[in-house]
Amino acid sequence: MTLMSEVGQKAFDLGVPLAVHMDVTYRCNERCVHCYLDHDDHGEMTTAEITDALDQLADAGVFFLTFSGGEVFMRRDFLEIVEYARRLMFNVKIKTNAVMIHEQEARRIRELDVDTIQISVYSHRPEVHDAITKLPHSFERTINAVRFLRDQGLRVTIANVLMTVNSADHSGVQKLAAELGVNYTLDPTITPMMDGDTSVLALRIPGEELPSIFRNPALVDNQEEFCAPPKPPSEKDLEGYSCSAGHSFCYISPYGDVFPCVQFPLPTGNIRQQKFLDIWNFSPQMKEVRSIQAKDLTVCSSCSHVTSCSRCPGLAYMEGSMRGPSTTDCEKSFYRTGVPTANMLRQGLSKPRSLARSGAPLIQIQPVAAPA
Amino acid sequence: MSENPIYVARNSAIAARALAGEMMVMNSADSTFFTLNEVATVIFQAADGRTPLREIVRDRVCKQFEVDLAEAEADAEQLVSELSQHGILITSNQPLPSETSR
Ligand code: SF4
Ligand code: SF4
Repeated sequence: MTLMSEVGQKAFDLGVPLAVHMDVTYRCNERCVHCYLDHDDHGEMTTAEITDALDQLADAGVFFLTFSGGEVFMRRDFLEIVEYARRLMFNVKIKTNAVMIHEQEARRIRELDVDTIQISVYSHRPEVHDAITKLPHSFERTINAVRFLRDQGLRVTIANVLMTVNSADHSGVQKLAAELGVNYTLDPTITPMMDGDTSVLALRIPGEELPSIFRNPALVDNQEEFCAPPKPPSEKDLEGYSCSAGHSFCYISPYGDVFPCVQFPLPTGNIRQQKFLDIWNFSPQMKEVRSIQAKDLTVCSSCSHVTSCSRCPGLAYMEGSMRGPSTTDCEKSFYRTGVPTANMLRQGLSKPRSLARSGAPLIQIQPVAAPA
Repeated sequence: MSENPIYVARNSAIAARALAGEMMVMNSADSTFFTLNEVATVIFQAADGRTPLREIVRDRVCKQFEVDLAEAEADAEQLVSELSQHGILITSNQPLPSETSR
C-alpha cells in the first residue's frame, strides 16, 4: 500500500472529507456537444461565500481541492479564489478548457503552486475539436495555453473525452500530448445533462466498441489483469463500500449545494444555509450513502463482478436507486471480461442494454435551494 | 542547540493538512508526499516565522510530549534541517514572513 492510499483509507475510515470537487461556475465560453450543464447563472456563490466555504473546508480536514466548472476563468475572481485556497494550504487542481489562459495567467498559476491543470482536448485535428466545442479557434487557443503552462514548469494533463464523433482520435491526442511533453488521460464517460436530457448519451461510445479500447495496450496497462474474469466475492468483500463518495469525498456546486459526488446528484444540503461540517456529518442523505455495503445492493450483491466492477452509485442513483446496478458499469464489466452480469441475467439479456437506447428515466441534478 | 535563534516558517509552495493529528504534506514541485509524525506536526503548525524554534520546543513540544528539553531541542534542530532539505520548512536566523494562514 502506498503512503497516499494509506492516508486515503484512514480518511475513509474516519469519515474525513479528504477531497472536495468544487464547481465555481456553470457558465462557459464553449458549448460542447456532450456537455450536461445549464450554463445560465442562477445565483453563483460570491467571492466572500466561496472563501468562507474554503475556511470551513480547511477546518473540516479537506486536503485535495479540485476547482472546475463550467469554465473556471469565466469568473473574474477565479485566481483570487485560488490564491485564497493556496494560503489555506490546499493541494489545488484546476480543470479548464484553458482558452482564457495566456502567459500572464500561466505565470500566476505557477506562482500559486497549483498542483495540476487538467485541460480538455477532444482531438488532435483542430476542425474536430472546434466542432465539438462549437468555439472557433478553440483548439489553437487551448494548445497555446498548454504550452504556456508547460513552459512555466507546471504539471499539465490533457483529458480526452471519447465519444462517437472523436472515437478514432485518441491515439492522435495521445501523440500530441507526448509531443507537448504533458500527461494524457482518457475519459470514455458521458454524463446525462443536468436537466435529465439523455440525448447526450447517444454520443457515448457504444458498448460493442469498448473491447477495442479496453484491449488497446496504448490505453490500458496490464490488460490481462484488467480483462480477467471476476473472482467470486468473499464475505469480507460484501461488507465493503463502493467508492469514496460521501465517505472521504464530496462535490459542491456553484450555488453551494453539497452532493456526495459530482456524478451523484443526491442533494444533501446547502452551505448558504448550513455549516459544511453539519451537512457532512449529520445530513440523513450523506449518512444513508455512507451506510451502504456491497451486501445491501439489490442486484449487484449477487453479481460475480461486484468486487471488480466500477459500479458508480451516482449513476445507479440516476437510474433510480443508489442501491441498484449502474447499466453503464454493467456494460463495461461485460465487455471487459465477456462474463454476463447479474443485471443482464435477471433481464434475460445476452448483452447489456445500452442506457442511451433504454430510454430509462434519469433523475436530475438541480439547484436545491432556489437561489436568491 | 546553537546560540543564534532559529526561526522557522512553512514553505508557502507546499500543501498541508492535519489528518488525525498527523500532517500530510505535498510538494507539488516534485510530487513528493509525506506525513509528519506528531512531534513534527506540532513544530510545523507552530512554524509561523516569528517564534524561535527554542520557544516552540519549550512551550509546545515539551509540554505536549513530556520530553527532556535539551534532548528535544537537539532532535528538533535535526528535524527542522531535514524538513528544510525537503522544501517543507524555511529556516533563518532572522524572523521570516509567513504566507500561509495555518
Ligand atoms: S464511483 Fe461514481 S459516485 Fe463514486 S466517486 Fe466515482 S463518480 Fe463519484
Ligand atoms: S456488473 Fe452490473 S450488476 Fe454486476 S456489480 Fe457491476 S453494476 Fe452491479
